[in-house]
Amino acid sequence: MSTDTIEPATIAQSDSDGRTSTAGRIRELLAGWDSAIIAITVVVLVVASVTNPDFGSSRNFTFLVLDLAPIFLIALPMTFIIITGEIDLSVASVLGLSGAAMGWMWNNGFAIEAIIPMCILLGCVLGALNGFLVAKLGLPSLAVTIGTLALFRGLAFVLLGDQAVSNFPRAYTSWVTGTVGGTAIPNLAIPLVVAAVVFAVILQATPLGRDIYATGASDTAARFAGIDGARLKFWLYVVCGAVAALAGVLWSLRYSSARADNGSGLELAVVAAVLLGGVSIFGGKGRLAGVLAAVVLLATLQNALRLEDISNEALTIVTGVLLIVAVLLPNLLKTVRTSAQRRKLQNTN
Amino acid sequence: MTRFRRTFVPLAGIVAVSIGLTACGGTTQDSASNSGGGDRATGTANPDAPIQDGLQIAFLPKQLNNPYSDIEVGGGKTAVEEFGGEYKLVGPNDASASSQVSYINTLIQQGQNVINIAANDPNAVCPSLNQARDAGIKVVTFDSDAAEDCRDLFINQATTQGVGETLAKMTSEQIGGTGKIAVLSATPNATNQNAWIEVLKAELASKPEYRNIELVATVYGNDDDQKSFQETQGLLQTYPDLKAIVSPTTVGIAAAARYISSSSYKGNVVLTGLGTPNQMREYVKNGTVKEFALWDPTNIGYLSAYAGAALASGQITGAEGQKFTAGKLGEYTIGAGGEVVLGPPTVFDANTIDQYNF
Repeated sequence: MSTDTIEPATIAQSDSDGRTSTAGRIRELLAGWDSAIIAITVVVLVVASVTNPDFGSSRNFTFLVLDLAPIFLIALPMTFIIITGEIDLSVASVLGLSGAAMGWMWNNGFAIEAIIPMCILLGCVLGALNGFLVAKLGLPSLAVTIGTLALFRGLAFVLLGDQAVSNFPRAYTSWVTGTVGGTAIPNLAIPLVVAAVVFAVILQATPLGRDIYATGASDTAARFAGIDGARLKFWLYVVCGAVAALAGVLWSLRYSSARADNGSGLELAVVAAVLLGGVSIFGGKGRLAGVLAAVVLLATLQNALRLEDISNEALTIVTGVLLIVAVLLPNLLKTVRTSAQRRKLQNTN
Repeated sequence: MTRFRRTFVPLAGIVAVSIGLTACGGTTQDSASNSGGGDRATGTANPDAPIQDGLQIAFLPKQLNNPYSDIEVGGGKTAVEEFGGEYKLVGPNDASASSQVSYINTLIQQGQNVINIAANDPNAVCPSLNQARDAGIKVVTFDSDAAEDCRDLFINQATTQGVGETLAKMTSEQIGGTGKIAVLSATPNATNQNAWIEVLKAELASKPEYRNIELVATVYGNDDDQKSFQETQGLLQTYPDLKAIVSPTTVGIAAAARYISSSSYKGNVVLTGLGTPNQMREYVKNGTVKEFALWDPTNIGYLSAYAGAALASGQITGAEGQKFTAGKLGEYTIGAGGEVVLGPPTVFDANTIDQYNF
């Protein structure tokens, strides 16, 4: 996407020869941002537990996990897509449309066991449409997914109008809101952890993961290296659609309410978490660990500040400032480092 | 071709399996029986119990910074201060279905005694509200009810019957019981509007004192100011001998008032319906409108706070027929389905309108 990111983390990883090369420094810096977010998250968790006894309670832990589940899930494929230098802003609308389709099918006598795979299939189809427009036709993903954001949400309202479908089987709704045995661990936590591990392993430890970084770092260079970036992006959009649709099903079950407006605005929260987690909006950089820490950080801040009766407005401001810092700080550090290096070079000459 | 097949075959498989599941023995809407949680109004009520000191009473409106909600919760605050409780206001910035849930969770953590909520979605808030009730918190809904099995009481601003009756009575009184009238409604599928209009029609048809009143038309302004304005104009041109326009929508009545006050119909055609005092003050003062009605939102919050306090203090359990006193509003009786009706709508006229600011 951008041309000034030719020295991404991937290249740094391959030539780790111990010397402080430019690439090495950048890798250090990126690792720093990752660890910083994880450290901040841990600190916030500890501070919140110590200062507010309600925060540390088992019930609140359950609520916290349930609240962050949809953002957590969608952030996984979104991280992949943003690393390739693209974006998917239609995820919340896919979530809404999947919920609306679920409600519509339920009202029309389909079995819930059939509805869930159909919804995920629908998500694949919606993702494939995004993927086709972005990867095959080469249209800018920002514009395409703003378009499909409106289109999918509109279709959701066509399907369900302002109606809410709520009478899903209790076995399903109570599983989504329930906990494992008598513990505080929500049932949902298990699939979330499994999904996070799967996505992290793919991104950080497989050839596919390296292809994703390479495509984001430089589409052209990746193509010369034999990577089919278009095909890669297409399938990432399909996966993203499927995950967003699954989140839509879980959302409808969690709130016992399939509505066309489910999850409105969620795409911004997801993108926010991904950027705060150290993924560069220009592609090629970032790791899943940082993103997941950022998801937890944002949810924890919301939860803890609410328990402290901090007003909504203040909450929104905190999130906004965090994001600006997240985008600003790495760039600022980079500029400082580059100019320091230039000075050093001039001095040695 | 192979590529197409590779993609298509699994897809077709899923669709086929799905349809098969539906056809034979999956869980469908018909087979799933969702019996509600049932009436949880157990335990005994002690009508003589005093309202406890220091009750923590939280209000969770549909959305913060909404003028109408602000007035409602303002009434709640007054009531909580009257009986020495601790008032708290929380709420989302948007009125989406699920945005209230995390606030309910917070209130549970904080161990509030009562949650007063205007539900954005009757079902989305249910699991959380039931967790709150399991934790011993009393739940009162006001303005917009949640599903019946996840709250203790619902404070209803007015019954459909009450609103329809008030509309018929106000209109008849102002036109001397004789003449043609028309209705300016919101949209053709607005549930509230249609229910009120049905009661109005039934009243006109059944009561002898209304036998000389003829409802000639119902038009729709779509709750749009300009469309309502044009529809008013159209009505008056189509029926030159029209005696009254009844507009049970705040947008409609204000637009109609604006048209009539600037036309020759002012003083000749009666306009009444449901509106807010602030919107209608000008037209009441200049003689375009004599009287109109609406519930007083302050009293909705006020009654809701007292109902919650009565529940938390054990005066009532929420069962039908129990009575409690709500400060200056007096005594209320719990109706069927845990519903408490604020009362008939408040009628505003030139003498009373300045007592209200909303």
